[in-house]
This record gives sequence, C-alpha cells and structure tokens, in this order.
Amino acid sequence: MTLAARALDFGFRGHTVGRALDCALEAGEVVCLLGPNGSGKSTLMRTLLGLQPRLAGAVTLEGRGLDQWGTAERARRLAYVPQAADSYFDFSLRETVEMGRTAHRGVFASPGRRDREIAANALERLGIAGLADRPIHAVSGSKRQLTLIARALATEARYLMMNEPTANLNYGNQSRVLDEVARLKAAGIGVLVSTHHPEHAFRIADRVLLLAAGSLRAQGPTLETLTSQALSALYGRPIEVASVRLADGSVQRVCVPSPAG
Amino acid sequence: MKRTALVAGTAVAALAATVLWSFSVGRFPVSPADVLRALLASVGGGESGLAPNVEALVLQVRAPRLVAALAVGAALAAAGAAYQNLFKNPLVSPDILGVSAGCALGAGLAILFALPIVAVQGLAFAGGLAAVALVVAVGAWVRGRDPILTLILTGVVVGSLFGAGIALVKYVADPYNQLPAITFWLLGSFGGALPGDLAVAVPVILAGLVPLVLLRWRIDLLALSEDEARSLGLDVSKLRLGVIVCATLVTAAAVALAGVIGWVGLVIPHAARLLVGARFARVLPLSLVLGAAFMLAVDTLCRTVAATEIPPGVATAFVGTPVFIVLLAATFRR
Repeated sequence: MTLAARALDFGFRGHTVGRALDCALEAGEVVCLLGPNGSGKSTLMRTLLGLQPRLAGAVTLEGRGLDQWGTAERARRLAYVPQAADSYFDFSLRETVEMGRTAHRGVFASPGRRDREIAANALERLGIAGLADRPIHAVSGSKRQLTLIARALATEARYLMMNEPTANLNYGNQSRVLDEVARLKAAGIGVLVSTHHPEHAFRIADRVLLLAAGSLRAQGPTLETLTSQALSALYGRPIEVASVRLADGSVQRVCVPSPAG
Repeated sequence: MKRTALVAGTAVAALAATVLWSFSVGRFPVSPADVLRALLASVGGGESGLAPNVEALVLQVRAPRLVAALAVGAALAAAGAAYQNLFKNPLVSPDILGVSAGCALGAGLAILFALPIVAVQGLAFAGGLAAVALVVAVGAWVRGRDPILTLILTGVVVGSLFGAGIALVKYVADPYNQLPAITFWLLGSFGGALPGDLAVAVPVILAGLVPLVLLRWRIDLLALSEDEARSLGLDVSKLRLGVIVCATLVTAAAVALAGVIGWVGLVIPHAARLLVGARFARVLPLSLVLGAAFMLAVDTLCRTVAATEIPPGVATAFVGTPVFIVLLAATFRR
C-alpha cells in the first residue's frame, strides 16, 4: 500500500526541475516535504498527483503506474489539499466538501444521499459542521483550510497531498490544522505535507524529505534526519535544533536560527 | 432553501404573467381571458368561441414572436451563465469566444450576396460555429499553461477579426439596400420569426440546453482551480469543451434567429446569482426563466410603446440597466 516514485525526473518540457528522485508514502504515515523556495516542492507534488506529466522514471500508486489509473479511479485513492484560496463563486462549506464526491458519481449525476452523509461526516470530523451552510468566503482562513481537508476526506482517498496547509494562518490556527493532519494518520491515511516550518515536521511527521534544487538531500525518520547540520545545509543558514522539556515532562524539538558567522 | 423556493416561485409567476401580458397587448388588444381561451382550445382541441381573426392573431401572429423571444432570452441567459462559470468571471458574456461576431459576418455575407432569408440564418449559425471552432482549435494548438486565458485572448482576437470582416462587408455593400438590411439585422428583431424558423432554432437551442442541465453539478467544479478540479477526478478539458459546444450551439441559434442581442447573457445570470447564490444547479434554471421573461417583456415593450418598433438589442440595455441597478442595490446595500 504505497505511493512511490522511482528514478523520477520531474519538471517542464525543456526545464528539468528535479532528477533521479526516489521516495515513497505509506498509508498511515505523515511525511513532511521541506525545502527552500524554488527547490521543486510544488512541482514534485503536482507530479506525484499526476497533474503534471513526469519527464522520466516511474510513479506507482498501489503497485500500478499512475497513468494506468483512470482519472476518477485515481481521484478516489489520491487526493489533493491545496492552500486555501479565494474563489469568486461563493459555495457554502457543505457544497465545497460535497465536491469531494465527484469521482464517485457519474458525469451527469449530482450528489446523492450517501454522498451528502459522507460530506456531513467529514465536516463533523474536522469540527466545522456548525458552519456548514456559511459561504466559504465568510469563514476564517483556518476554517477554509479545514474545509479543504474535509473535502479530501470526502473523496475517501488513502493518500493526501497537502501543499503548505499552514501558510497564511495565524499561530494558533496553524496548530489547529496540524492537529487535524496528525489525526488523519490515525485513520490510516498517508499524508505528504509540504511546509516551510521544520518544527511542524517535528510535531507531526514520521519521516521527512529534504529537497534542495530538485534533488533529495536526505530522507528518513524525522528525529534522526532533521539535525542542525541537515537544516543548516538545506536552508544555507546556521540553524540549531534544540530540545525543550515542556511542563508536562515531554520533550519537544525546536529550531533556532542563529546569526550568521 | 425557503428563499430559493420563493425566488423560483416568483420568477415562474412573473414569466407566466409576462406571457399573458405579451399575448394581450398590441395594436389590437385581446383580453387575457380570451388569450387563455384561444391557447386552451389550440392545446386541448375544441372550440374557443372567439372570432377567427382574434384566434389567428393570438396563435399565428403573436405566438411565434413570443416563442422566439422566450427561446432567445432563455438561450442567451443560459449560455452566459455557463460561460461565467467556465471562465470563472462574472463579466463574461456568451460572445466571449466570438460567436456573435461570427454569426454577424455570416449573416452580412448572405445579405451581401442577396441570398434568401433562410440562407441568412443558416450562414449566421454556421459563422458563429466557425468562429468558436477557430478559437478552440487555436487554443488546442497553442496548449498554453493557462488554457482559460488562451481561450479568452484568442476569442478577443478572432472576434475582432470577424468584426473587421463585417466592417469590410458593410463597406462594399450597396448603401441603399444591403447596408441598411445588414444594420437592421445586427440590431436584432423578433418580428420576422416564422414558425418554420422556430422549428429549426428551438430544437437546436434545446439540444444545447439539455446537456447543460444534466452537467449542472459538475459545472460548479469549473470554478475551482484546474489542479483542484482534476485531482477531484474531473476531466476538465473534456467538460470545458462540452460546455463550449453547448453554449455555442445555443447562442448561435439564438443570434441566427433574432440578431445580435447583448446584455441578456451578461446580466441575467448575474442577477440570478445575486438571488440564489453561486450554484449552477440553481443559477441555470433561474437564468432560463428570468432570461425568457426579461426578453419577452422587453420585446413586448419594443412593439407597443412607440409607433415604430424599437430594436430589442437596443431596448434590452435601456430596460435592463435600471432593473439591474435596483437589484444590485437591494441585495448589496447594507
């Protein structure tokens, strides 16, 4: 049960962004994708979603090539959670989440009773059922992001790709969204999250992928891989990873950028 | 939900009232009761008990014109609603891909070569389809990173190319007969609609509308970014092409029947959205009803307020702008 890339070259026609990449996402784990701007995180994610043709190598979903799946079949297994953006047309939260049922319905069909139930459950799971009939415009950025996660849940996919789900959110709401991501794992869903915050990886990720200039600098279990050395090299600035003992006795890692030389 | 039902009920009632009003007013007024009698007799068979000339006026003179106005209004509003979702832009009208310019050039050429009226309509329809086919073909050939922007830009360019064609046709046309004929055709009219024209145009319009109605839920997904829609399992390019084909059929048939009538396709869907929200499943039916009622009301005014008829292409804007401003103020003002 994996989404896997082998010897993957990705990018655009005439402009290769990343080369010879090997990585995998298992159901029931959270993997964080870290890397500076322009390192190819989004392009890699789009390629793994099949939104962009790969240049070479293979991407397989549950052992079968990504292109071998039909559009709808694939969408029932692999879902995408974009950054919450404005849409001109103002759908309610419920309507937005029901859109997650697209791949389960025929071309001329509208959501049925079961689809509406599944959407309602997804809203419930993310704690936004009370806002279901509000227009998505009228709710805060974090609620909008939770709505998009609920939509991905409504697809009943096993693998989720999240593109910087905490960007543009205030500190408290970032934490809220991270909790929900961690909860997805418990439901047996594999989540690949791209983020600019190594501390988010410490908090939720089983494994990390460190991407710089289109190639994987390192990948592996979070605590072993995200060292001061690795982070400093990745971002080109001295960064120190420290352990902090919290009031409840648990130990949490934090990152502190230190002033350059 | 309650509000939607109320809006829908009011719109349908307004449409019915407009139909009855339009049948009864004119140079020879007929009472609404007599109109109903004539209509019931023609549908259910039997005697209406009306004078034959009154019955003929209702069924043979007014009915075709009414049907034409209803069909064109519904068609343009539906096409506009579909395009506004497709292009994620509420300022888009049905002729964004050059369909009206194509129709106008086709009709202009037919008039220039003194072809019969059937050929004017046929060439207008063909011209509209040709313009959009050219836009879609160029869009497919370019395969840009932003297909929507490619379509819009190509639509503008092809539209202005066909516009230049119309200008050339007007320039070489005989200024005493053909030029006025072209100008009047472009201004639009429902007066010339014959039952035979309707027998062609109405089925074409329905052929375009039925798939739009069936696709109503999926069309909402076009409002999402392309990545989102595709990852949800939607074949975006196929759906987009389907919507373009349907909206083009509908618009070309409407323009071929009644000339270039602006405004309806731009503002009626917008009005519908103000009233019932963004969902296409609600916007489309309401646009159909409001578009039909509005077009019929405008055409009825066109043939009754002045001694000479006012072209509906002109009157839509005169009547519609204040209506829209009132609606905007009623829904947006705090």
